[in-house]
Amino acid sequence: MPAAKPTSLSGKLTRLSVLVTATGLLLACAAFVTYDFVSIRRALVRNLSVQAHLLGSSSVAALVFNDRVSAENTLAALRAAPNVVAACVYSAEGKPFAAYRRDPASSVPGRVELPTGDEEKQWFDRGDVMLVGRIVFQGHPTGFIFIESDLQAFWAGMRRYLAISLCVLVGALLVAVGLSTQIRHEILRPIEALADVARALTEDRNYSVRAAGEGAAAEMAILVGAFNDMLEQIEQRDRALREARDDLERRVQLRTAELEAANKELEAFSYSVSHDLRAPLRSIDGFSLALLQDHGERLDAEARSYFERIRAATRRMGLLIEDMLNLARVSRAEMRRERVNLSAVAHAILADLRKTEHSRAVDCRIEENVEAEGDAQLLRVAMDNLLGNAWKYTSKHASARIEFGQMRANGSRVFYVKDDGAGFDLAYAGKLFGVFQRLHGMSEFPGTGVGLATVQRIVHRHGGRIWAEAEVEKGATFYFTV
Amino acid sequence: MTDQVILLVEDNPDDEALTLRALKKNQIMNDVVVVHDGVEALEYLFRKGPHADRNPDEMPQLILLDLKLPRVDGFEVLRRIRQNPRTRYLPVVILTTSNEEQDRLKGYDLGANSYVRKPVEFGEFIEAVKQLGLYWLLLNQNAPLPRSA
Repeated sequence: MPAAKPTSLSGKLTRLSVLVTATGLLLACAAFVTYDFVSIRRALVRNLSVQAHLLGSSSVAALVFNDRVSAENTLAALRAAPNVVAACVYSAEGKPFAAYRRDPASSVPGRVELPTGDEEKQWFDRGDVMLVGRIVFQGHPTGFIFIESDLQAFWAGMRRYLAISLCVLVGALLVAVGLSTQIRHEILRPIEALADVARALTEDRNYSVRAAGEGAAAEMAILVGAFNDMLEQIEQRDRALREARDDLERRVQLRTAELEAANKELEAFSYSVSHDLRAPLRSIDGFSLALLQDHGERLDAEARSYFERIRAATRRMGLLIEDMLNLARVSRAEMRRERVNLSAVAHAILADLRKTEHSRAVDCRIEENVEAEGDAQLLRVAMDNLLGNAWKYTSKHASARIEFGQMRANGSRVFYVKDDGAGFDLAYAGKLFGVFQRLHGMSEFPGTGVGLATVQRIVHRHGGRIWAEAEVEKGATFYFTV
Repeated sequence: MTDQVILLVEDNPDDEALTLRALKKNQIMNDVVVVHDGVEALEYLFRKGPHADRNPDEMPQLILLDLKLPRVDGFEVLRRIRQNPRTRYLPVVILTTSNEEQDRLKGYDLGANSYVRKPVEFGEFIEAVKQLGLYWLLLNQNAPLPRSA
């Protein structure tokens, strides 16, 4: 069913006032007309009764002296009353004595009688009113008089009356509509103003406008007041919200600027480290080697071993710087998300590792077509570290197994790298992803302790999680999501 | 070996000594002209200042260019070398400590022929210099020098 078009308040009020006025007036008219109908008819009957009485009195002598001509003459006077259709004087026995007919079609009853004691009887018949009265002379019933009158005058009167009523009704309605228009205008003005404001509000979202409430009725004043209060509150909240947003924006801008500055600083720092921090190491290593090469024969075994230590430390420092720079690079590198086939990456990395130590017996199980959404370069670095670790920490075992695959946990895709190597004690798992944190001695497994920190940073930059399970000498499994 | 010189642009005296040692260790006997900053490098190449009376037809066979240099840096030197028709085709190998992506990109962008990172381990450095000497001094055929005006 289609929604009905909403009628305006003004239309409803007009209809209401017209309906109320019309109903009231119609009821009043109906009451008056009914009252008048009854009273006029009663007056008519009374008139007829008086006429009958007069005619009866005038006909007494004619009846007593049996003078028909005189009685007919008396009745003929009725020509002056055009409403009388017929009249007849009857003897005491009820037989017609003398009659009057206004026109030949009229007729009079052949015989009349009245119950003893009754003086008069009226009834309506054939649209006329009829009356029979007793004629009494000196206390003796002498005869009867019958008179029939039409109701034309009555109906004419009623018609006039109805016409006047109709005129009054229409006039009153017009006045009512006029007055209600006036009153409606007064009542509606504030409502319409309120509606206009509300419409403007929804269209412009301008909460600073206010509805005008002067001259409104008490209820309207309350409504307008409440509406304005509400607007005030909305405006205040709006302002507070806007201020909060501006403040937030300012703070975000500030933080962004700070972050950019920090990033620039980090970049400058990395750049400087890359250029300047390695140069002295090269000098230390270079001149140590020069000393060993050019003056080695003059040094004893201990001195030579010290130089070798210096060179080893220098190389190690070089590696540390390298790893730190890589970690910093991972943090500031721009991310470009794309679909990355991690299986292919794992194959390539393990193939490279095999080339470096082709004599090792490592069973590599790589689940095919494992794909991730992420930055190809960063994910490659992460996989490099994880698989490199698996390779490194299985190196003490005669044969080893390295697995890469994916699984579902808590509805999300989890990638894992699993080995059956040295593993570690889970009690130290908290240190696992810290920079420069190592769970194995340098002599046992070489490394700088930056690799897993790098992996964690990459995973975090992808919005993922990384965690591990391990057991000493049984292996380790690293899980991550991106 | 030809008698053409190698131009070494290097501000760090340690690196200078180590590079010279590495060249010597590899029996690379070319004369090495060492300049210590970008300005001096440009003066040598374009015969200005103390190098004004240098033989204009003698151009280095190879330029080993460091990036971080006082006054005018290696990138600017490279840009000027590539801008000038007389030096445009000189082989320039960037020999520097950094392997920053931005440096490599900018180096190749400006027309470096090669980008070699000086390794911390001196043994590796000697090996790298050996490879450079073999390639750029023996194997590679340079573009003919334009006649001096």
